[in-house]
Amino acid sequence: MFGSPERGIEDNAAPTRRPLPASAFKRPHITVRGLKKYFGPNPVYDGFDLDIPRGKFISVFGPNGCGKSTLINLMAGLLPLDGGEILFDGERVSDIRVGYVFQNYREALFPWMRARDNIAYPLKFMKIDKREQERRVEALVTRLGVRIDLNRYPYEMSGGQQQLVSILRALVIDPEVLFLDEPFSALDYEMTLFMREQLQRMFKEIGATTLIVSHDLEEAVYLADLVLLLTRAPTQIADMVSVDSPRPRTDATLAEPGFVRTKAHCLEIFQREVRK
Amino acid sequence: MSWSRVAPLAPLIGVAVFLLIWYVAVATRFIDPVLLPTPVVVAKSIWNGVATGKIGGDLWKTIQRVLMSVSLAASIGIPVGVVLGASERVYKALEFIIDFFRSTPASAVFPLFLVIFGVDDRTKIYIGAFGAMLAIIFNTAYGVMNARKTRVLAARVMGASRAHIMLVVLLESLPQTFIGLRTGVSISLVSVIVAEMFLGSTDGIGQRVFEAEQMFDMPQMYAAIFCSGMLGYALNLALGLSEKRFVHWAGR
Repeated sequence: MFGSPERGIEDNAAPTRRPLPASAFKRPHITVRGLKKYFGPNPVYDGFDLDIPRGKFISVFGPNGCGKSTLINLMAGLLPLDGGEILFDGERVSDIRVGYVFQNYREALFPWMRARDNIAYPLKFMKIDKREQERRVEALVTRLGVRIDLNRYPYEMSGGQQQLVSILRALVIDPEVLFLDEPFSALDYEMTLFMREQLQRMFKEIGATTLIVSHDLEEAVYLADLVLLLTRAPTQIADMVSVDSPRPRTDATLAEPGFVRTKAHCLEIFQREVRK
Repeated sequence: MSWSRVAPLAPLIGVAVFLLIWYVAVATRFIDPVLLPTPVVVAKSIWNGVATGKIGGDLWKTIQRVLMSVSLAASIGIPVGVVLGASERVYKALEFIIDFFRSTPASAVFPLFLVIFGVDDRTKIYIGAFGAMLAIIFNTAYGVMNARKTRVLAARVMGASRAHIMLVVLLESLPQTFIGLRTGVSISLVSVIVAEMFLGSTDGIGQRVFEAEQMFDMPQMYAAIFCSGMLGYALNLALGLSEKRFVHWAGR
C-alpha cells in the first residue's frame, strides 16, 4: 500500500534523536484509528483510519471541505478529537516534538521579535539555556544553507523569507513530525518554486516524517513520496499514491513520463471524488 | 529647484503663509487689532509669559495634571481592558455600558464630579482620567479580543505555557492599547483645560486663557492659546515617538 516499506529503514534522522529499536522502522510512524471530528452536526471524519510510514514526505490532497487542514490540525493537537486516537509510535502528540508551519506566515511569526528570536522561540520551552539556543539556531541555518539576515524583523522581510523563518522555527526543535498547512499559497509563483526547492532540500537534510497540505496537485506530487488522496466528507482515504520519481527532483522531473503518469492518476481519482 | 528638495520645508512654508495672512489682515485693519493683535505682539507675549514664569508655570501645572490623569486612566484602564478582552462574555455584557459612557461628552459630567469630589485640584485630574480611561479600556479590550488566533495557536503548538501565551496576547494587543492611550491623552487634555477654566482654578493654562479673556488682555490670551496648542502637539509627538520605539511593528 505504501510502496516498498523497506525504504523506510534509511535512517537519516539527526543524531540527537532518541534511538528506536530496529523493528520500529518497519512499523508505521503515525497511526490514526477511528478518528471522529464534527463541525456542528456535520461529520468531517467519522471513523477514519490511516497509517503514515516513518521519514516519508506525504502530501494531503482532496476536494474542498474534505478536511485536509483539519486532519493535520487534529494530528498536531491544535484541534480536539471527537473520537478515536492518533498515536506517534504509540505516544500522544504532547509527548513528541512537532513542527508546524502555518499558511499565513504574517500572522504566525511574532512581529516583535527578530527573525533569530522567532526561530529560537520553541527552544525556550525545552529548558535549554540561552547560549545553546543561539548555537542551535546558528547550526540549523548553516546546515540548511539559508541566507537571510536573521537580525531583521519579520515585517522587514519578503513573504518568502518570512515563510522560510517559519519553517526554520518549526525545524529548530528537530521535530519528529513536521506539518505544513498550504505553506506556499500566499506566495507568488516565482517564490513558490524557490520555496519548493528549499523545502525539498530541507526534507533531505532533516528526514522527519512530513505532512503537507497542498491545493496544487502538481506541487503535491512533486514534493511527495506518497500522495494521500481524500474523499468528500465524511472523509475516507480515496487512494495513497506512491511517487517514485528519484530525488532531487527538478523542473525536468515535471516532464518525465513516470511523473506525468502519477499526476494523471491522482487527478483521475480526484475528479472521481469531486463528481461523487 | 525640484519639489522633492523643497518638500521637507513644506510645513514651514505653510506656517510662513499663515503668519503673513494674519499680519496683513491685521495691518490693513481688515480685522480689529484689539481683537487680534499682530503675530509680533503675540510672540512677544508668549516670550514674556514663559520668561517671567507666569505662562510657564501654568503650562507646567497643566502638563502635570494631564500626565497624572492619563497615568491614573492607564493604570486602571489597561488591566480592566485586558480582563474584558480576555473574556468575550464579560465584554459582551459590558460593551453597551462602556460604549455609552465613552460617547457621553466628558464636559457633561463636570457638575457630577464637582458634587462628588468637591472643588479640589484632584477633581480636575479625575475628570481628565474619566474620559481617557474609557477610551483606554475600550481599545485595550478590542486589542486583546482581536489578538491573532494564529499567533496564539503557533505559541501553543510550540509548547508555550499559559503565561507565555498571555504574553503573546498582550504584545499582540499593544498597538491597539497605544491607540487608546493617544485618544486618552487628547480627551484628558481637553477635559483638564476646560476644568481649569470653570472649576475655580487658580492656575493651569486653561485658567490663564480664561483670566486673560476676563481682563481683556488679548495678547496674553492668544499666547496662552498657542501654548496649549504646543502642549497638545508635543504630547502627540512624544506618544508617536514612544509608539515607534515600543510597538515598532504596529501596522506593518
